[in-house]
Amino acid sequence: MKDTHLIRVRVNGREHELAVESRRTLADMLRHDLGYTGTHLGCEHGICGACTVLVDGAPARACLMFGVQADGRDVATVEGLADGEDLSDLQQAFSDWHGLQCGFCTPGFLMLAEGYLAERRVQDGGEPSEQQIRDVVAANLCRCTGYQGIVEAVLETARRRHAREAP
Amino acid sequence: MTIGTSIPRKEDPRLLRGQGRFGSDFARPGQLWARVVRSPVAHGRLGPPGTARAAAADGVVTVITAASLPPGLAIPVRLQVQYADLTGYLQPVLAAGTVRYVGEPVAVVVAEDPYAAEDAAELVELDIEEAPAVLDAAAAAAPGARALFPGGNVAADFALGYGDVAGAFAGADRVVEIEVEIGRHGAVPLEPRALLADPEPATGRLSIFGMTKVPVFNRDLLASLLGMDETLIHVHAVDAGGGFGARGEFYPEDFLIPWLARTLQRPVMWVEDRAEHLVAVNHSRQQVHRIAAAFDASGAILGLRDDVLHDNGAYCRTHGIIVPELTVAMLPGPYRIPAYQGRVRVVLTSKTPCGTYRAPGRFEGSTAREQLLDVAAHKLKISRNEIRSRNLLRADELPCQRSMSTLGTDVVLDAGDYPALLAKAQAEADRLGYADEVARGRRAGRLRGLGVAAFLEKSGLGPQETADVVVSRTGAVHVFSGGTSLGQGIETVLAQIAADALGVDPDQVSVVNGDTDRQPFGGGSWASRSTVVAGSAVHAAAGAVRDRAAEIAARMLEAAPGDLISERGRISVRGDPGATVTLAEVARATAPGCPHLRPGEPAGLSARRRFEVAHMTYPYGVHIAVVDVDPGTGGVQVLRYLVAYEVGRAVNPALVAGQLRGGAAQGIGGALLEEFCYDENGQPQSATFMDYRMPTAAEVPPIDVLITQDSPAPGNPLGVRGAGEGGVSAAGAVLASAVRDALGLAGSVGRLPLTPARVQELATNGGGR
Repeated sequence: MKDTHLIRVRVNGREHELAVESRRTLADMLRHDLGYTGTHLGCEHGICGACTVLVDGAPARACLMFGVQADGRDVATVEGLADGEDLSDLQQAFSDWHGLQCGFCTPGFLMLAEGYLAERRVQDGGEPSEQQIRDVVAANLCRCTGYQGIVEAVLETARRRHAREAP
Repeated sequence: MTIGTSIPRKEDPRLLRGQGRFGSDFARPGQLWARVVRSPVAHGRLGPPGTARAAAADGVVTVITAASLPPGLAIPVRLQVQYADLTGYLQPVLAAGTVRYVGEPVAVVVAEDPYAAEDAAELVELDIEEAPAVLDAAAAAAPGARALFPGGNVAADFALGYGDVAGAFAGADRVVEIEVEIGRHGAVPLEPRALLADPEPATGRLSIFGMTKVPVFNRDLLASLLGMDETLIHVHAVDAGGGFGARGEFYPEDFLIPWLARTLQRPVMWVEDRAEHLVAVNHSRQQVHRIAAAFDASGAILGLRDDVLHDNGAYCRTHGIIVPELTVAMLPGPYRIPAYQGRVRVVLTSKTPCGTYRAPGRFEGSTAREQLLDVAAHKLKISRNEIRSRNLLRADELPCQRSMSTLGTDVVLDAGDYPALLAKAQAEADRLGYADEVARGRRAGRLRGLGVAAFLEKSGLGPQETADVVVSRTGAVHVFSGGTSLGQGIETVLAQIAADALGVDPDQVSVVNGDTDRQPFGGGSWASRSTVVAGSAVHAAAGAVRDRAAEIAARMLEAAPGDLISERGRISVRGDPGATVTLAEVARATAPGCPHLRPGEPAGLSARRRFEVAHMTYPYGVHIAVVDVDPGTGGVQVLRYLVAYEVGRAVNPALVAGQLRGGAAQGIGGALLEEFCYDENGQPQSATFMDYRMPTAAEVPPIDVLITQDSPAPGNPLGVRGAGEGGVSAAGAVLASAVRDALGLAGSVGRLPLTPARVQELATNGGGR
């Protein structure tokens, strides 16, 4: 007997209502029930961070959350970053700095970075340093790039956003 | 010209938007999900698994064991070398009678839903009478060892070499011998494997999503195992989350999932989880080297010998014995070695079987050889740079043929200037302040060390690769290549090569890799071959299309083909800007019935060309690193890291740098952190990412890169040398060198990875062996 719940969740601003088994992970729900396959599963035990999404604005491992825990909440995935034809500033920076190769970990790093950048903005984190960015980037695993392009891309985006928003 | 410029990658927009299509992203109506049941013990007699409870579980469609399959199915070796007969050591697609490692497939459950399949897999009852595991290669190779196979535990024992080695050692002023052990680790791409097989009842065809690396080979092998015509199998191009040698080889699941789909006549999807991946996919690297060199009084090498024990795990898989072969064939590296013998024993143990991992054999061999040179320099009282520059082959000594073969081709070091690159690397490290940083750290009381290592790579393995270039009615250029996209950016590189040959913008070129219908003769992407051999094939095919387009345009413009120039997608008469046609117009003029198409000429603007090459090309490089050793914890922090690499010609320099940086990061993992450990019963102790420790941004420093293009490869029209493996090749060597320097050891570091516990022991007891 399956234990199924009817939930409402907002993903990238769009409302979804669906029945989900209680044990189904948020990652599987996003990928297989709602079609957001940009959220990737690299380990399913919360280490690699490829499945990182934002839940109510904060980075979360979608493999360690159940879909039902997203009931009534706001989820952001990689599919929501670009504005139509235009890549976001962060996505463009990843391309400019060669911050991706196979691209499997990339959605997780993008969402991790967006969560961090949003938190910086709230807390007025001042001029970002490479060491700060490196500490954040160390939360996720990448097997292709050696992290350098990822660090550079997030650092440049942080600086640009900081300069834009500084009084 | 776009070759030589770092144009943005064609792969990036889809991957950045989450619109990549990886194996597990596909779905088909009515799709079933498979779950593989794996042996929980390392060695034992396997009775028929009890499947009744699993088969009766909710949502389960079928449960299969070896008894369900045609008998005797085993996965053959893809690359046969050194005439080794490995038929007694091949892996069955499902274990029958015996299990030989934890993780070996013994049954498959197929269900309507992945959760149901995973639940039911736990209901399969395994009847295994446990036998002692054999975990140590030396013990397994010793006389009287418990035999894992009727033929014994040594699958192959062979030597490569040349010259009078005994004479060289007998006449030496000094002989230096050390032992170096390389830890078991592996590729571990971030995307676990995934495979979808979809039968088409109307045509009898089978569509496969998720096979990469060598799709045409895998298609042909699958066809023969299934008894099908190979053209009825269509392996589709997909994105792949990293390969590094391990992904895309033919594993048991590559037979089981298509067989199930065909038998059930329903699409079957299988996605492995990480815990499975770490025990199922090829491990690599584990070797013990007893290596010795004979020197004259000036420090010149007279002879080199190595005795290698290679732990291949439980079976010989698709790679057969190429990793041990490459180890001894490439061991002399870039040095002048008048006499050499490398012997290797390929030993089977009760662990996950092995295959290639980025720079197979070279990571291991370079670590042993460079550590030997460091110890020898100390004993000969000359500097580490001096011993290298004295023994590196000079430019005037190349080409250098060594009387050995590997991967079925003779070892002929093609061209280059090895001492010049060592000097350039040292100058670059000085410019970047490496030596100052060492001096500063030591003055501050730190255990700081500098490492240096030189290495030889190999790339561009032929003997052939095929490419098709087709121009469609819109003027779009389509490249159908035999390479595969594993994240390396090969779509972009091939687009640049085609664009330059055709005189169009790379935006006008699309590249499809790894689709067996579109390119049925592809050799795949491995051994740093694709830019060299796929690139050369694309270069030839695009050149043929350019010539054909000029021929048609000449008819359209009533000009001589020799008077035409092709640029930016237009063909014009030289000196007459008004007389011009677009590539699209030319393509349309080749449609059947067009007046410009002559009787007997084939319609369409396209060409298929094959590039053939007898020998590989040999890139080379130098790694230099600075490390700190924490005397309290034994932790090693990499502070600076330089990769200097001769690439012949960089098609896209940013992508070359990316390959080198990513490789160095993996090498730091293998040298300091990553290891597949087992307990005394053969239970894997590195079965999660908590225990198998891949480097993060906290462990990998910014990697300095010096790409040189001083020595274009003579063996291909582009002069390219391949860039896939130069970042990782000498990482074990340079970090061993740096840690040895930091600790002031007289002997060798002995063993990689240099984990805190081992470094502490070295700091306490000194190096040795």
